[in-house]
Amino acid sequence: MSDNGKFEPRIVGFVCNWCTYAAADTAGISRLQQPPNVDVVRVMCSGRVDPVFILKAFAEGADGVIVSGCHPPGDCHYNSGNYKTFRRMPLIERLLEQYGIEKGRFHWGWISGAEAPKWAQLTRDFTEQVRNLGPLNWKRMFASKEE
Amino acid sequence: MPDNGKLKLGLYWAASCGGCEIAIVELREKILIVDQVADILFWPVAMDFKYKDVEAMPDGHIDVCLFNGAIRTSENEHLAHLMRRKSKVLVAFGSCAYEGGIPGLANLFDRQSIFERAYLESPSTDNPQGILPQTSYQAPEGEIHIPKFYNTVKTLGQVEDVDYYLPGCPPQPHQIWAVIEAILSGNLPPKGSVVGANDKTVCDECKHTREEKRIKKFYRIHEIIPDTTQCLFDQGLICAGPATRGGCGALCPQVNMPCRGCYGPAPHQIDQGAALLSAVSSVVAADTEEEAARIVGEIADPIGTFYRFSLPSSLLHRVRLG
Repeated sequence: MSDNGKFEPRIVGFVCNWCTYAAADTAGISRLQQPPNVDVVRVMCSGRVDPVFILKAFAEGADGVIVSGCHPPGDCHYNSGNYKTFRRMPLIERLLEQYGIEKGRFHWGWISGAEAPKWAQLTRDFTEQVRNLGPLNWKRMFASKEE
Repeated sequence: MPDNGKLKLGLYWAASCGGCEIAIVELREKILIVDQVADILFWPVAMDFKYKDVEAMPDGHIDVCLFNGAIRTSENEHLAHLMRRKSKVLVAFGSCAYEGGIPGLANLFDRQSIFERAYLESPSTDNPQGILPQTSYQAPEGEIHIPKFYNTVKTLGQVEDVDYYLPGCPPQPHQIWAVIEAILSGNLPPKGSVVGANDKTVCDECKHTREEKRIKKFYRIHEIIPDTTQCLFDQGLICAGPATRGGCGALCPQVNMPCRGCYGPAPHQIDQGAALLSAVSSVVAADTEEEAARIVGEIADPIGTFYRFSLPSSLLHRVRLG
Protein backbone atom coordinates (compact mmCIF):
# COMPACT_ATOMS: atom_id res chain seq x y z
CA MET A 1 0.00 0.00 0.00
CA SER A 2 1.17 3.50 -0.68
CA ASP A 3 0.83 6.35 1.82
CA ASN A 4 -2.54 7.45 0.43
CA GLY A 5 -4.00 3.97 1.01
CA LYS A 6 -4.16 3.13 -2.68
CA PHE A 7 -3.04 -0.41 -3.53
CA GLU A 8 0.42 -0.43 -5.07
CA PRO A 9 1.33 -3.88 -6.38
CA ARG A 10 4.70 -5.33 -5.46
CA ILE A 11 6.14 -7.10 -8.48
CA VAL A 12 9.35 -9.12 -8.70
CA GLY A 13 11.02 -9.27 -12.12
CA PHE A 14 13.65 -11.95 -12.75
CA VAL A 15 15.53 -10.80 -15.82
CA CYS A 16 18.57 -12.22 -17.58
CA ASN A 17 21.83 -10.35 -17.55
CA TRP A 18 22.34 -10.35 -21.30
CA CYS A 19 19.03 -9.33 -22.84
CA THR A 20 16.19 -8.17 -20.61
CA TYR A 21 18.38 -6.56 -17.98
CA ALA A 22 20.15 -4.65 -20.73
CA ALA A 23 16.72 -3.57 -22.02
CA ALA A 24 15.63 -2.48 -18.54
CA ASP A 25 18.89 -0.60 -18.09
CA THR A 26 18.50 1.13 -21.43
CA ALA A 27 14.88 1.97 -20.62
CA GLY A 28 16.09 3.74 -17.50
CA ILE A 29 18.91 5.59 -19.22
CA SER A 30 16.51 6.60 -21.99
CA ARG A 31 14.10 7.93 -19.34
CA LEU A 32 11.22 5.85 -20.60
CA GLN A 33 8.23 6.19 -18.30
CA GLN A 34 7.96 3.19 -15.96
CA PRO A 35 6.09 2.55 -12.71
CA PRO A 36 8.31 1.91 -9.67
CA ASN A 37 6.46 -1.29 -8.78
CA VAL A 38 8.78 -3.80 -10.42
CA ASP A 39 11.73 -4.90 -8.29
CA VAL A 40 14.26 -6.19 -10.77
CA VAL A 41 16.38 -9.19 -9.82
CA ARG A 42 19.20 -9.76 -12.29
CA VAL A 43 20.09 -13.38 -12.93
CA MET A 44 22.69 -14.64 -15.37
CA CYS A 45 20.12 -16.52 -17.46
CA SER A 46 16.33 -16.94 -17.48
CA GLY A 47 17.07 -20.68 -17.56
CA ARG A 48 18.59 -20.24 -14.13
CA VAL A 49 15.29 -19.13 -12.59
CA ASP A 50 14.49 -21.92 -10.18
CA PRO A 51 10.74 -22.45 -9.58
CA VAL A 52 11.58 -21.82 -5.91
CA PHE A 53 12.35 -18.16 -6.76
CA ILE A 54 8.84 -17.67 -8.11
CA LEU A 55 7.04 -19.58 -5.37
CA LYS A 56 9.04 -17.81 -2.68
CA ALA A 57 8.27 -14.42 -4.19
CA PHE A 58 4.54 -15.12 -4.01
CA ALA A 59 4.81 -16.73 -0.56
CA GLU A 60 6.61 -13.70 0.84
CA GLY A 61 4.34 -11.00 -0.45
CA ALA A 62 4.75 -10.43 -4.18
CA ASP A 63 1.52 -9.64 -6.02
CA GLY A 64 3.03 -10.50 -9.40
CA VAL A 65 6.14 -12.07 -10.93
CA ILE A 66 7.88 -11.49 -14.27
CA VAL A 67 10.48 -13.78 -15.83
CA SER A 68 12.12 -12.48 -18.98
CA GLY A 69 15.11 -13.56 -21.05
CA CYS A 70 16.59 -13.64 -24.54
CA HIS A 71 14.48 -14.52 -27.57
CA PRO A 72 14.64 -18.14 -28.71
CA PRO A 73 15.96 -19.78 -30.70
CA GLY A 74 19.20 -17.92 -31.21
CA ASP A 75 19.56 -14.96 -28.84
CA CYS A 76 20.66 -16.79 -25.68
CA HIS A 77 24.16 -15.93 -24.53
CA TYR A 78 24.53 -19.58 -23.46
CA ASN A 79 22.92 -20.97 -26.63
CA SER A 80 20.15 -22.96 -24.97
CA GLY A 81 19.37 -21.38 -21.59
CA ASN A 82 16.11 -19.95 -22.90
CA TYR A 83 15.09 -23.45 -24.02
CA LYS A 84 15.18 -24.43 -20.35
CA THR A 85 13.00 -21.43 -19.64
CA PHE A 86 10.30 -22.29 -22.14
CA ARG A 87 10.25 -25.93 -21.03
CA ARG A 88 9.86 -24.96 -17.38
CA MET A 89 7.57 -21.92 -17.39
CA PRO A 90 4.42 -23.53 -18.86
CA LEU A 91 4.52 -26.08 -16.05
CA ILE A 92 4.99 -23.37 -13.42
CA GLU A 93 2.07 -21.53 -15.01
CA ARG A 94 -0.12 -24.59 -14.53
CA LEU A 95 1.12 -25.08 -10.98
CA LEU A 96 0.34 -21.49 -10.01
CA GLU A 97 -3.11 -21.77 -11.52
CA GLN A 98 -3.79 -24.87 -9.43
CA TYR A 99 -2.64 -22.94 -6.35
CA GLY A 100 -5.32 -20.38 -7.16
CA ILE A 101 -2.92 -17.65 -8.28
CA GLU A 102 -4.50 -15.94 -11.28
CA LYS A 103 -2.80 -16.20 -14.67
CA GLY A 104 -2.51 -12.42 -14.77
CA ARG A 105 -0.07 -12.39 -11.85
CA PHE A 106 2.64 -14.28 -13.70
CA HIS A 107 4.25 -13.23 -16.94
CA TRP A 108 7.14 -14.87 -18.75
CA GLY A 109 8.57 -13.99 -22.13
CA TRP A 110 11.40 -12.50 -24.11
CA ILE A 111 12.83 -8.99 -24.37
CA SER A 112 16.12 -8.42 -26.16
CA GLY A 113 18.71 -5.82 -25.27
CA ALA A 114 17.42 -3.67 -28.11
CA GLU A 115 13.83 -3.66 -26.87
CA ALA A 116 13.89 -1.07 -24.08
CA PRO A 117 10.47 0.37 -25.05
CA LYS A 118 9.00 -3.14 -24.87
CA TRP A 119 10.30 -3.49 -21.29
CA ALA A 120 8.87 -0.13 -20.29
CA GLN A 121 5.53 -1.06 -21.87
CA LEU A 122 5.52 -4.42 -20.07
CA THR A 123 6.12 -2.84 -16.67
CA ARG A 124 3.28 -0.37 -17.28
CA ASP A 125 0.79 -2.95 -18.59
CA PHE A 126 1.67 -5.66 -16.09
CA THR A 127 1.52 -3.29 -13.11
CA GLU A 128 -1.95 -2.16 -14.20
CA GLN A 129 -3.07 -5.73 -14.70
CA VAL A 130 -1.88 -6.79 -11.23
CA ARG A 131 -3.33 -3.62 -9.71
CA ASN A 132 -6.73 -4.61 -11.11
CA LEU A 133 -6.40 -8.10 -9.64
CA GLY A 134 -5.79 -6.59 -6.22
CA PRO A 135 -3.46 -7.67 -3.42
CA LEU A 136 -2.50 -11.34 -3.18
CA ASN A 137 -1.47 -11.29 0.51
CA TRP A 138 -0.45 -14.93 0.56
CA LYS A 139 1.09 -14.79 4.03
CA ARG A 140 -1.85 -13.03 5.59
CA MET A 141 -4.29 -15.40 3.89
CA PHE A 142 -2.44 -18.34 5.39
CA ALA A 143 -2.29 -16.81 8.84
CA SER A 144 -5.86 -15.55 9.10
CA LYS A 145 -7.93 -18.33 7.56
CA GLU A 146 -5.94 -21.42 8.38
CA GLU A 147 -8.25 -22.75 11.05
CA MET B 1 16.10 -42.35 32.44
CA PRO B 2 13.51 -43.79 34.85
CA ASP B 3 14.22 -45.55 38.13
CA ASN B 4 14.31 -48.98 36.54
CA GLY B 5 16.82 -47.76 33.96
CA LYS B 6 14.35 -48.14 31.12
CA LEU B 7 13.63 -45.54 28.45
CA LYS B 8 10.19 -43.98 28.79
CA LEU B 9 8.59 -44.07 25.37
CA GLY B 10 5.40 -42.44 24.11
CA LEU B 11 3.77 -42.98 20.73
CA TYR B 12 0.90 -41.02 19.29
CA TRP B 13 -1.02 -40.91 16.04
CA ALA B 14 -2.67 -37.71 14.84
CA ALA B 15 -4.10 -37.42 11.28
CA SER B 16 -2.62 -40.64 9.93
CA CYS B 17 -3.57 -44.00 8.49
CA GLY B 18 -1.97 -46.33 11.03
CA GLY B 19 0.82 -47.36 8.66
CA CYS B 20 3.45 -45.84 10.95
CA GLU B 21 2.29 -48.06 13.78
CA ILE B 22 2.50 -51.06 11.45
CA ALA B 23 6.06 -50.00 10.64
CA ILE B 24 6.90 -50.22 14.35
CA VAL B 25 5.35 -53.66 14.58
CA GLU B 26 7.45 -54.50 11.49
CA LEU B 27 10.49 -54.35 13.75
CA ARG B 28 9.38 -57.96 14.33
CA GLU B 29 11.43 -59.78 16.98
CA LYS B 30 13.28 -56.55 17.75
CA ILE B 31 10.05 -55.22 19.26
CA LEU B 32 10.89 -57.55 22.18
CA ILE B 33 14.17 -55.70 22.61
CA VAL B 34 12.21 -52.43 22.61
CA ASP B 35 10.07 -53.92 25.38
CA GLN B 36 13.19 -54.87 27.35
CA VAL B 37 14.81 -51.48 27.17
CA ALA B 38 11.77 -49.20 27.16
CA ASP B 39 8.58 -48.69 29.09
CA ILE B 40 5.77 -47.63 26.78
CA LEU B 41 3.80 -45.00 28.68
CA PHE B 42 1.38 -43.98 25.94
CA TRP B 43 0.38 -45.71 22.71
CA PRO B 44 -3.35 -45.33 22.11
CA VAL B 45 -3.42 -47.43 18.94
CA ALA B 46 -2.03 -50.52 20.69
CA MET B 47 -2.78 -50.22 24.39
CA ASP B 48 -5.44 -48.73 26.61
CA PHE B 49 -4.23 -45.30 27.64
CA LYS B 50 -6.26 -42.18 28.24
CA TYR B 51 -5.26 -38.60 27.55
CA LYS B 52 -5.74 -37.87 31.27
CA ASP B 53 -3.00 -40.44 32.04
CA VAL B 54 -0.58 -38.27 30.08
CA GLU B 55 -1.96 -35.03 31.54
CA ALA B 56 -1.26 -36.41 35.03
CA MET B 57 2.44 -36.94 34.26
CA PRO B 58 4.98 -34.33 35.32
CA ASP B 59 6.32 -32.22 32.45
CA GLY B 60 9.20 -33.87 30.61
CA HIS B 61 8.32 -37.25 32.10
CA ILE B 62 8.46 -39.13 28.78
CA ASP B 63 11.99 -39.50 27.39
CA VAL B 64 11.07 -39.85 23.72
CA CYS B 65 7.75 -39.37 21.94
CA LEU B 66 7.37 -40.73 18.41
CA PHE B 67 4.54 -38.61 17.02
CA ASN B 68 3.06 -39.65 13.68
CA GLY B 69 0.30 -38.03 11.67
CA ALA B 70 -0.43 -34.53 10.47
CA ILE B 71 -2.28 -31.81 12.38
CA ARG B 72 -5.77 -31.79 10.93
CA THR B 73 -8.07 -31.15 13.93
CA SER B 74 -7.99 -29.23 17.19
CA GLU B 75 -7.55 -32.58 18.94
CA ASN B 76 -4.37 -33.28 16.94
CA GLU B 77 -3.04 -29.86 17.86
CA HIS B 78 -3.96 -30.26 21.53
CA LEU B 79 -2.08 -33.56 21.66
CA ALA B 80 0.91 -32.03 19.85
CA HIS B 81 1.18 -29.40 22.60
CA LEU B 82 0.57 -31.98 25.33
CA MET B 83 3.15 -34.46 24.05
CA ARG B 84 5.67 -31.67 23.60
CA ARG B 85 5.21 -30.60 27.20
CA LYS B 86 5.45 -34.12 28.59
CA SER B 87 8.38 -35.30 26.43
CA LYS B 88 12.08 -34.53 26.57
CA VAL B 89 12.53 -35.44 22.89
CA LEU B 90 9.73 -35.05 20.33
CA VAL B 91 10.21 -36.89 17.04
CA ALA B 92 8.05 -36.12 14.00
CA PHE B 93 7.63 -39.72 12.92
CA GLY B 94 6.73 -40.44 9.31
CA SER B 95 5.83 -38.30 6.31
CA CYS B 96 2.60 -36.86 7.75
CA ALA B 97 4.15 -35.45 10.91
CA TYR B 98 7.27 -34.37 9.00
CA GLU B 99 5.81 -32.83 5.82
CA GLY B 100 2.02 -33.21 5.96
CA GLY B 101 1.83 -36.42 3.96
CA ILE B 102 -1.16 -37.72 2.06
CA PRO B 103 -3.67 -36.03 4.44
CA GLY B 104 -1.92 -32.81 3.46
CA LEU B 105 -3.38 -33.07 -0.04
CA ALA B 106 -6.58 -31.85 1.63
CA ASN B 107 -4.89 -28.45 1.36
CA LEU B 108 -6.05 -28.50 -2.27
CA PHE B 109 -9.52 -27.84 -0.76
CA ASP B 110 -11.00 -26.22 2.33
CA ARG B 111 -13.19 -27.42 5.19
CA GLN B 112 -16.45 -26.46 3.52
CA SER B 113 -15.79 -28.27 0.25
CA ILE B 114 -14.43 -31.34 2.06
CA PHE B 115 -17.55 -31.50 4.25
CA GLU B 116 -19.82 -31.10 1.25
CA ARG B 117 -18.05 -33.84 -0.64
CA ALA B 118 -17.80 -36.27 2.27
CA TYR B 119 -21.18 -35.71 3.92
CA LEU B 120 -23.45 -34.60 1.09
CA GLU B 121 -22.24 -35.39 -2.43
CA SER B 122 -20.38 -38.69 -2.36
CA PRO B 123 -22.47 -41.47 -3.99
CA SER B 124 -22.35 -43.68 -0.91
CA THR B 125 -23.70 -40.98 1.42
CA ASP B 126 -27.28 -40.97 2.65
CA ASN B 127 -27.81 -37.73 4.55
CA PRO B 128 -31.25 -36.34 3.65
CA GLN B 129 -31.17 -33.70 6.38
CA GLY B 130 -27.79 -32.44 5.20
CA ILE B 131 -26.18 -32.72 8.61
CA LEU B 132 -22.57 -31.57 8.77
CA PRO B 133 -20.19 -32.09 11.72
CA GLN B 134 -20.66 -29.52 14.50
CA THR B 135 -18.13 -28.84 17.23
CA SER B 136 -20.84 -28.96 19.86
CA TYR B 137 -24.25 -30.57 19.99
CA GLN B 138 -27.00 -30.47 22.59
CA ALA B 139 -28.03 -34.08 23.14
CA PRO B 140 -30.76 -35.03 25.64
CA GLU B 141 -28.01 -36.40 27.90
CA GLY B 142 -25.99 -33.20 27.79
CA GLU B 143 -23.71 -31.20 25.52
CA ILE B 144 -21.36 -33.18 23.31
CA HIS B 145 -18.12 -31.75 21.89
CA ILE B 146 -16.07 -32.99 19.00
CA PRO B 147 -12.76 -31.54 17.78
CA LYS B 148 -12.73 -28.73 15.24
CA PHE B 149 -11.78 -29.72 11.70
CA TYR B 150 -9.26 -27.19 10.38
CA ASN B 151 -9.27 -25.60 6.94
CA THR B 152 -5.58 -26.32 6.57
CA VAL B 153 -3.55 -29.42 7.37
CA LYS B 154 -0.31 -28.57 9.14
CA THR B 155 2.85 -30.45 9.97
CA LEU B 156 3.85 -31.18 13.54
CA GLY B 157 6.75 -28.75 13.14
CA GLN B 158 4.33 -25.96 12.21
CA VAL B 159 2.52 -26.15 15.55
CA GLU B 160 5.23 -27.35 17.93
CA ASP B 161 8.94 -27.39 18.50
CA VAL B 162 10.25 -30.66 17.03
CA ASP B 163 13.60 -32.23 17.93
CA TYR B 164 13.99 -34.74 15.10
CA TYR B 165 12.29 -35.64 11.85
CA LEU B 166 12.04 -39.26 10.77
CA PRO B 167 10.68 -39.41 7.20
CA GLY B 168 8.91 -42.14 5.28
CA CYS B 169 5.46 -43.38 4.43
CA PRO B 170 5.99 -45.42 6.43
CA PRO B 171 9.53 -45.12 7.82
CA GLN B 172 11.48 -48.24 6.98
CA PRO B 173 11.83 -50.58 9.98
CA HIS B 174 15.63 -50.81 9.70
CA GLN B 175 15.76 -47.02 9.85
CA ILE B 176 13.44 -46.91 12.86
CA TRP B 177 15.69 -49.42 14.55
CA ALA B 178 18.79 -47.35 13.77
CA VAL B 179 17.11 -44.33 15.38
CA ILE B 180 16.06 -46.32 18.46
CA GLU B 181 19.66 -47.52 18.81
CA ALA B 182 20.92 -43.96 18.49
CA ILE B 183 18.48 -42.83 21.18
CA LEU B 184 19.53 -45.64 23.53
CA SER B 185 23.22 -44.92 23.05
CA GLY B 186 22.62 -41.19 23.43
CA ASN B 187 24.40 -40.75 20.10
CA LEU B 188 21.96 -38.25 18.61
CA PRO B 189 22.66 -35.65 15.91
CA PRO B 190 22.00 -31.92 16.47
CA LYS B 191 18.42 -30.87 17.15
CA GLY B 192 16.34 -30.31 14.03
CA SER B 193 18.10 -33.05 12.04
CA VAL B 194 16.40 -35.49 9.75
CA VAL B 195 17.18 -38.95 11.16
CA GLY B 196 16.60 -42.44 9.80
CA ALA B 197 17.52 -41.41 6.26
CA ASN B 198 20.66 -40.48 4.38
CA ASP B 199 22.02 -37.37 2.70
CA LYS B 200 21.62 -38.56 -0.87
CA THR B 201 18.65 -38.87 -3.20
CA VAL B 202 16.59 -41.93 -4.03
CA CYS B 203 18.32 -41.98 -7.45
CA ASP B 204 21.62 -42.66 -5.69
CA GLU B 205 20.15 -45.85 -4.25
CA CYS B 206 18.28 -46.92 -7.38
CA LYS B 207 19.69 -49.78 -9.44
CA HIS B 208 18.03 -48.85 -12.74
CA THR B 209 20.32 -47.77 -15.58
CA ARG B 210 20.23 -44.07 -16.34
CA GLU B 211 20.89 -42.50 -19.70
CA GLU B 212 20.34 -39.03 -21.03
CA LYS B 213 16.68 -38.21 -20.70
CA ARG B 214 14.76 -36.86 -23.69
CA ILE B 215 11.06 -37.12 -23.02
CA LYS B 216 8.48 -36.53 -25.76
CA LYS B 217 5.55 -37.83 -23.74
CA PHE B 218 4.95 -38.38 -20.04
CA TYR B 219 3.00 -41.45 -19.03
CA ARG B 220 0.96 -42.29 -15.98
CA ILE B 221 1.71 -45.61 -14.32
CA HIS B 222 -1.30 -47.42 -15.75
CA GLU B 223 -0.47 -46.42 -19.33
CA ILE B 224 2.74 -48.40 -19.93
CA ILE B 225 4.54 -51.49 -18.70
CA PRO B 226 8.04 -50.16 -18.03
CA ASP B 227 11.28 -51.91 -18.83
CA THR B 228 12.60 -53.34 -15.58
CA THR B 229 16.24 -52.31 -15.93
CA GLN B 230 15.97 -48.81 -17.43
CA CYS B 231 15.49 -45.67 -15.37
CA LEU B 232 11.74 -45.14 -15.03
CA PHE B 233 12.14 -41.41 -15.57
CA ASP B 234 13.95 -42.15 -18.88
CA GLN B 235 10.83 -44.03 -19.91
CA GLY B 236 8.53 -41.07 -19.34
CA LEU B 237 7.18 -41.97 -15.92
CA ILE B 238 7.36 -39.11 -13.44
CA CYS B 239 9.61 -40.46 -10.71
CA ALA B 240 10.25 -38.29 -7.66
CA GLY B 241 13.65 -39.94 -7.11
CA PRO B 242 15.78 -36.93 -8.15
CA ALA B 243 13.98 -34.64 -5.69
CA THR B 244 13.60 -37.05 -2.78
CA ARG B 245 15.85 -37.89 0.15
CA GLY B 246 17.24 -41.40 0.15
CA GLY B 247 17.21 -43.89 2.97
CA CYS B 248 14.43 -46.22 1.90
CA GLY B 249 16.69 -48.25 -0.39
CA ALA B 250 14.73 -47.16 -3.48
CA LEU B 251 12.05 -49.71 -2.66
CA CYS B 252 9.42 -48.46 -5.10
CA PRO B 253 11.60 -48.16 -8.24
CA GLN B 254 12.94 -51.62 -7.43
CA VAL B 255 9.48 -52.99 -8.19
CA ASN B 256 8.98 -50.62 -11.15
CA MET B 257 6.81 -48.17 -9.28
CA PRO B 258 8.16 -44.62 -9.72
CA CYS B 259 9.27 -42.99 -6.47
CA ARG B 260 6.36 -41.11 -4.93
CA GLY B 261 8.54 -38.84 -2.84
CA CYS B 262 7.60 -39.92 0.70
CA TYR B 263 11.05 -39.33 2.23
CA GLY B 264 10.64 -35.62 1.63
CA PRO B 265 12.91 -33.06 -0.01
CA ALA B 266 16.48 -34.05 -0.71
CA PRO B 267 19.05 -32.36 1.57
CA HIS B 268 19.36 -28.59 1.05
CA GLN B 269 16.14 -28.35 -0.95
CA ILE B 270 13.48 -26.10 0.48
CA ASP B 271 10.58 -27.13 -1.74
CA GLN B 272 10.38 -30.69 -2.98
CA GLY B 273 7.70 -30.00 -5.58
CA ALA B 274 9.67 -27.14 -7.12
CA ALA B 275 12.73 -29.39 -7.37
CA LEU B 276 10.74 -32.15 -9.01
CA LEU B 277 9.07 -29.69 -11.37
CA SER B 278 12.52 -28.50 -12.42
CA ALA B 279 13.72 -32.06 -12.95
CA VAL B 280 10.65 -32.91 -15.01
CA SER B 281 10.80 -29.84 -17.23
CA SER B 282 14.53 -30.21 -17.82
CA VAL B 283 14.03 -33.52 -19.62
CA VAL B 284 11.32 -32.30 -21.98
CA ALA B 285 12.54 -32.83 -25.54
CA ALA B 286 10.98 -29.80 -27.15
CA ASP B 287 12.63 -27.26 -29.42
CA THR B 288 9.70 -24.89 -29.71
CA GLU B 289 7.56 -23.19 -27.12
CA GLU B 290 4.40 -24.79 -28.50
CA GLU B 291 5.80 -28.30 -28.29
CA ALA B 292 7.05 -27.75 -24.72
CA ALA B 293 3.68 -26.41 -23.63
CA ARG B 294 1.93 -29.40 -25.22
CA ILE B 295 4.20 -32.00 -23.57
CA VAL B 296 3.99 -30.52 -20.05
CA GLY B 297 0.31 -29.75 -20.59
CA GLU B 298 -0.39 -33.47 -20.54
CA ILE B 299 0.87 -33.87 -16.97
CA ALA B 300 -2.23 -34.41 -14.84
CA ASP B 301 -2.59 -32.67 -11.48
CA PRO B 302 0.78 -30.87 -11.04
CA ILE B 303 0.38 -30.23 -7.29
CA GLY B 304 -0.74 -33.78 -6.58
CA THR B 305 2.15 -35.14 -8.62
CA PHE B 306 4.95 -32.89 -7.41
CA TYR B 307 3.79 -32.39 -3.81
CA ARG B 308 2.21 -35.77 -3.14
CA PHE B 309 3.55 -35.84 0.43
CA SER B 310 4.78 -32.32 1.04
CA LEU B 311 2.06 -29.77 0.26
CA PRO B 312 1.64 -28.44 3.86
CA SER B 313 5.41 -28.01 4.26
CA SER B 314 5.88 -26.44 0.81
CA LEU B 315 6.54 -22.74 0.32
CA LEU B 316 2.89 -21.94 -0.39
CA HIS B 317 1.43 -24.55 2.07
CA ARG B 318 -1.98 -24.78 0.42
CA VAL B 319 -4.14 -23.52 -2.42
CA ARG B 320 -5.57 -20.07 -2.07
CA LEU B 321 -8.56 -19.50 0.15
CA GLY B 322 -11.21 -17.14 -1.17
